[in-house]
Amino acid sequence: MSVDAAGTETQVAECERQRMDVDIACVGFGPAMGGFLTTLTQQWNKQPDDPAFASKAMPGMPLQVICYERADDIAAGVSGVVTRARGIRASLPNLNPNEIPMAAAITQERVMYLLDPVGASRRSLPLRAADAMLRAAGRLCVKDAAFELPWTPGFLHKQGGLVLSMGQFNQWVGSELMAGGLAQIWPGSPVSGPIFGGESGTEVQGIRLADQGVDCEGTPADGFMAGMDVHAPLTVVGDGPVGAVGQAIDQRVGMPKGHAQREWALGMKMVIELPELGEDSELKPGTVWHTFGYPEPEIFGFLYVHPERLVSAGIFVPSWMGDSSRTAYRYLQHYIQHPALWKHLKGGTLRSWGAKSLQESGQHGEPFLSGDGYARIGEGSGSTNMLTGSGVDEAWTTGVQLADAVVELLRAEKPFTRENLKATYEVARNASWVEHDAEAAKNARNGFHGGVVRGMMGMALAGLTRGRLSLKARIPAAYKQIRAAEDAERDDALARVAASGGHPLHDVIMTARGWPEIPFDGKLLVTQQDALLMGGKVQAMPGFADHVTFRKPELCAACAEKTCIAMCSGQAITQGAGGVPAFEREKCIHCGACLWNCAHSPDGERGNIEFRAGSGGLHSAEN
Amino acid sequence: MAEVFHVVVCAGIVPDPLQTLEPVIGPNGPGLKNEMVLPAVLDPWAASSLYEAAQVVAKHPGSKLWLVSLGPKAKLQQVMMTIAQKVSFELMPVDGPIGGFPDAHATAATLTETIAALPGLDRGRLLLFGGWESATRGAGVTLQLIGELLGITDQFQGVDQIEMRADGSFEVLERIEGGKHQISVCAGVPAVLGWATGNLAEPRNNPQTGMANMRGIMPALQKAKTVKLEGNTLHYTSVNLPAQQRETRVEKNLSADAIAQELVQWITAE
Repeated sequence: MSVDAAGTETQVAECERQRMDVDIACVGFGPAMGGFLTTLTQQWNKQPDDPAFASKAMPGMPLQVICYERADDIAAGVSGVVTRARGIRASLPNLNPNEIPMAAAITQERVMYLLDPVGASRRSLPLRAADAMLRAAGRLCVKDAAFELPWTPGFLHKQGGLVLSMGQFNQWVGSELMAGGLAQIWPGSPVSGPIFGGESGTEVQGIRLADQGVDCEGTPADGFMAGMDVHAPLTVVGDGPVGAVGQAIDQRVGMPKGHAQREWALGMKMVIELPELGEDSELKPGTVWHTFGYPEPEIFGFLYVHPERLVSAGIFVPSWMGDSSRTAYRYLQHYIQHPALWKHLKGGTLRSWGAKSLQESGQHGEPFLSGDGYARIGEGSGSTNMLTGSGVDEAWTTGVQLADAVVELLRAEKPFTRENLKATYEVARNASWVEHDAEAAKNARNGFHGGVVRGMMGMALAGLTRGRLSLKARIPAAYKQIRAAEDAERDDALARVAASGGHPLHDVIMTARGWPEIPFDGKLLVTQQDALLMGGKVQAMPGFADHVTFRKPELCAACAEKTCIAMCSGQAITQGAGGVPAFEREKCIHCGACLWNCAHSPDGERGNIEFRAGSGGLHSAEN
Repeated sequence: MAEVFHVVVCAGIVPDPLQTLEPVIGPNGPGLKNEMVLPAVLDPWAASSLYEAAQVVAKHPGSKLWLVSLGPKAKLQQVMMTIAQKVSFELMPVDGPIGGFPDAHATAATLTETIAALPGLDRGRLLLFGGWESATRGAGVTLQLIGELLGITDQFQGVDQIEMRADGSFEVLERIEGGKHQISVCAGVPAVLGWATGNLAEPRNNPQTGMANMRGIMPALQKAKTVKLEGNTLHYTSVNLPAQQRETRVEKNLSADAIAQELVQWITAE
């Protein structure tokens, strides 16, 4: 047993590792890293002979910038997004959406409150009263069980922006970058953690790649290859909200005072190919719908229309939906069957499907943005704006800001110390619209911890006053947001029903709550396991350790909620022997939901599940 | 002195077979829907041949390995970021179209021309490797045609193993019916081997191998010759995907033994 670079206990004894030295080591290829590498490449292209761009790691060569991405392909990103694209367009002024598959300029935005046509949604009394009033008003304001807001609040608007497929956008950016010749992006390369060093032990001196040729516990097996150590004066951390490097740094250096990452959501969506569209179809490319109210009041939804009859439809299941049986896939199936959506989607075919965790703490969860030898960018750095529901453009822009700072420091021949990164990157970020908007959004979602109606009021208050007014809240740790099982005796009985029928428990609980069975059609309404095969195409390279582990199995054995099973997007976590869940990494889509869907904590902050660096995941570029 | 081989692997790129593939008829004939949108991989059969080729080269110092690949440059570049981490090779890319069902003769002619022009290639030492099938739309003849065009008459298909001998001859295991192998002994190179899956596991991703390969790959991609595949003699009237057989039945009361028994009956009834 030893402790790896991330500070995690592993089965690999200290062994000789290959070592490589580069100038900048980057972790995770998403929009933030796209912004960073694009800006760096643009600057290099302007002055390729500038000595600032000469490699110190490999004298005589240009700067050695290497990016390691966990997924098997840089296009295997998840999330159809709608973005204002301010930062993206500033970096790429000649950006033509027609060059990026599935991209479209936004043509129409609507916000809709969805009534419950099924009668199973768990609505509070005030919501029921509101629903009754809307229904009484009849067709004047309710159509297809949906009430369309007469206007889209300014803070939600994405006018002038783009509807994108994240996978296609990443692929497009990645190929432009690689053709540029400065940066190398290596997919299929999970990074197990940072290499810490220095006097304080908090200096990041590079990264360690995950060991290969190990069994599920990480013990060396056939073809063992110790993960290489990549040393660099600067490590750029853009591995997202559940990335191993970001997590390890947070654990080692802690969070700024008063900051904690406690608010999360799971975004799950389908890419659907629509049947033929008539001339009068409402679903023109670039159409954006924001919805709320259904399938549960806490669940927000969206529908984005891409070119060529493709639609992204999905939901967000937030951590503050304290239901211990919360789940995403079945709710998503009910969501797309809501009459307002189903009249367009019926007859469609599932082309792709996926899910990802979203860090929704905003500034409350902002970590130290830089330290000796490293800087944080993108969603893992708390850049997502929870008022506007926007993350890609913000992430991209933080990457741009860091690249500008790096070039400045290279030209000044200054080292990548915390002091220097703070004086350049952090100063630029703090002065930018990203931070300005984040400040306005800081407390926008506080109200949801007191209920949906209070949450909506708080969001409107913060949105309409640009953050000057907001509701106060004490935000509990994610594990504390999960309520205890409502009726243990009933759930025990349902658990027996689930076990005997081979169904997941949350599925049985939803049926017991009155949700109708899904009328599977084999094309769009398919079982979750079929979605893994039809839409997401999950695969994992052999020879890597399990990346989901249970820290204290005794806590799992005594756990009644088992929310990790209910919220597992790939059904990779299932009931295991002795009450400890079983994990199948071949089915994991790396959404990271298990990290924050655990009702028990050994340390009072983090749940009982460890989410490490792993190989594989979704093989779909249409997300 | 140990034998030295010049191994050339012909491997195209195909949409990741894990994607939903849907044939469509476009203006240029049949193709796959949204093919440019789908992530690409090295054709899995040919990828096996690349790993086998690397093994041959590793065992025979002084040998060389080229990878000849035809596809859109941007897609090739993306695929190379994965393949380059696995084994060392020199890439000879040909910037050509993806999609559709090109005439195998046109493809073979282009690849033959490329191979013949490989700098430093000794055709007397040539082992031409490739896949005997394709994950998407293999004509099943391209490799043979290249061999013919290069004047190589010793050809093997469905190869799972090659064993080089000290006298320069080699033994080949080819798949035949009934799950058996045919053993052949060939007097020596040049030869064409269309590989089945081989026996080697997919090599681990080695970042250092990747970095070393990229020094040659990026310049090669920048210089890649652009070709058009003019196959105007071949017309497809229709194409379809192999039918998938998937029968699901929920059984609540059958014992594991009974399920196993039923499976055995089903398998043996074939």
